[in-house]
Amino acid sequence: MNQKSTGTQGAAAGDVLLKVNGLQKHFPIRKGMLQRQVGAVKAVDGIDFEVRSGETLGVVGESGCGKSTMGRLITRLLEPTAGTVEFEGRDITHLGVSGMRPMRRDVQMIFQDPYSSLNPRHTIGTIVGAPFRLQGVTPEGGIKKEVQRLLEVVGLNPEHYNRYPHEFSGGQRQRIGIARALALSPKLVIADEPVSALDVSIQAQVVNLLDDLQDELGLTYVIIAHDLSVVRHVSDRIAVMYLGKIVELADRSSLYRAPMHPYTKALLSAVPIPDPRRRSAKSERILLKGDVPSPIAPPSGCRFHTRCWKATRICTTQEPPLIELKPGQRVACHHPENAEDQAPQDTQLLSAAREAIELVPVGRDEAPAGQGAAAAEPATGSEGAAAEGTASGE
Amino acid sequence: MTAPLHEPTADAAPSAAEEASLAEAGGAQAVQGRSLGRIAWERLKRDKLALTGGIVVLVLIVIAILAPAIAHLVGQDPETHHENLIDPLFSTPKGSLGGISGDHLFGVEPVSGRDVFARIVYGSRVSLLVGFLSAVVAVIIGTVLGILAGFFGGWVDAAISRVMDGLLAFPQLLFIIALVSVMPNEMLGLTGTDVRLFVMILVIGFFGWPYIGRVVRGQTLSLREREYVEAARSLGAGRLYILFKELLPNLVAPIIVYTTMMIPTNILTEAALSFLGVGVKPPTASWGQMLSSAIDYYDSDPMYMVIPGVAIFITVLAFNLFGDGVRDALDPKGSR
Repeated sequence: MNQKSTGTQGAAAGDVLLKVNGLQKHFPIRKGMLQRQVGAVKAVDGIDFEVRSGETLGVVGESGCGKSTMGRLITRLLEPTAGTVEFEGRDITHLGVSGMRPMRRDVQMIFQDPYSSLNPRHTIGTIVGAPFRLQGVTPEGGIKKEVQRLLEVVGLNPEHYNRYPHEFSGGQRQRIGIARALALSPKLVIADEPVSALDVSIQAQVVNLLDDLQDELGLTYVIIAHDLSVVRHVSDRIAVMYLGKIVELADRSSLYRAPMHPYTKALLSAVPIPDPRRRSAKSERILLKGDVPSPIAPPSGCRFHTRCWKATRICTTQEPPLIELKPGQRVACHHPENAEDQAPQDTQLLSAAREAIELVPVGRDEAPAGQGAAAAEPATGSEGAAAEGTASGE
Repeated sequence: MTAPLHEPTADAAPSAAEEASLAEAGGAQAVQGRSLGRIAWERLKRDKLALTGGIVVLVLIVIAILAPAIAHLVGQDPETHHENLIDPLFSTPKGSLGGISGDHLFGVEPVSGRDVFARIVYGSRVSLLVGFLSAVVAVIIGTVLGILAGFFGGWVDAAISRVMDGLLAFPQLLFIIALVSVMPNEMLGLTGTDVRLFVMILVIGFFGWPYIGRVVRGQTLSLREREYVEAARSLGAGRLYILFKELLPNLVAPIIVYTTMMIPTNILTEAALSFLGVGVKPPTASWGQMLSSAIDYYDSDPMYMVIPGVAIFITVLAFNLFGDGVRDALDPKGSR
């Protein structure tokens, strides 16, 4: 393990490791005999962010907002439609299979479903050893020994080398997937919903394993998730996505304490509080009405204006840029919360905005929903209560 | 990550250490995993009906291979005429049940008096040869084209799928009859019966591949979207690696199942063709051909019709039982 951590320490913590500029992915919709393109699903529609060495960037958003597509664009499992992806200053946006191969050692991926991410016909030894074979790397002491060491690192019995995936539980399988991702000692690990397919009790184990591995190996993570408690627990910075765009990108504490984008605020208000005594600190839940609009024809201007309670005329016509309103907090909104209004002249609310949300008083019938957050909550407990207090106090 | 949280890790870490120390104590003895193939075999072993079918199939294969030796053992061969055993008036065998006796276990043929046992034994060669080899032809074409269609999609898929649809709509029996009857007697250094066999194998195989092709295409379509394929790509795997190392091992089970199901169908097709007179030519023995010539004597010498009929029946039944068992063993989510 030691030689690994020194290996990845090459890039000093804090340097920009990954830089994404105007990244887009449009999936074409073809119709008719001639397969004419009649439209496109704008899964990811122009996003910019960077990931610094050693940090964890959490990406949250509803299903269908393009967060998984974004993960697959960064690892170049999908070809971007436009924009650039730079890794360690090198443009990898349009590298081919062979051009990408050396980069693959440094960028690895952990997959969502541990039941489909391991080939049922291969032994664990073959699965975890595949990175070495594919990259033509022979580790010190041979592949088998290295694989067994990796299994030990992720908390599995190295003697299980010859077993098949179906002989393991979901949590164990996810550990196998993590071992595979770590095999080549990558610098950046993209985890696409790494725990959402697991039991809550196992989720905590896997999240903590990722946490420990980051400390030991100096990894940089991009963790895609929809569970806000998980994201809060693991992330240093958080990006909130809505319909293929990043609407807010901020430090974890700023985001949770004083969310600026109305969408972020609505998302955070949906996080259940497991402690009934602290529940009174939270005023109400914001229930967004309606569904996420179709990414085939996203709303004009700000994409959130169809569901936003603060939407005005400018929101339907002008797309708000993602700008830094506070050090370390970037927001794309004309009328942000907890910050100066960006379009103060426009005060006339849209008629739709008045019915956009429903405020539900908090404090009743919430106990069962609390379990999702239970795993991660204790650590952030006191801080969390304070954050909630501030958020509702505005 | 900033928030330290070590309660659950505390559970995981000691168990890992524990396991490691256990592993050291255990020494070199590795934990051997049970592969899916092995599990299927164990499941198959418990299925008595399928096992019986499998044993019958094995016996048939041995009979086909050792046909000359077996015929020799009973002191007969399939082409010697025994006219002395034929009733000159009705040209049927003398004695009851088609002339069954110690010398001629299954009796003798009407008119010529050839030994039926020897002809049945030799006939198994034709049936199994055509059944197996045409299945091999179908599996090779079907697997290759099915994988290509499923993996590459787009116009490749469209072209291959339309060809499969076309072939499935083709009246194949009529086509084979027409084709075999215009076949030359000599071709590619083969003569007579061998030409017929060769053409039959190719043609039956050629019309059989869409059945396997469709299954393989469908499986490939679903398998290529699995996350382990993406995982391989994220490790830098090329298309060939994904095809051969990730997809093919998962296609083996359906291919085996469809092969075992296809062999009996092919055997029946061969029997039908020989029955219609476009299969192997006499004097080479074949079950379908024997059935065909038995039609004229079905009331005076019924045994001559029953024996090849039962031979075909047993063979096809054994293959089908075995095939069903293999399918159940390889697909635990199936019917049972």
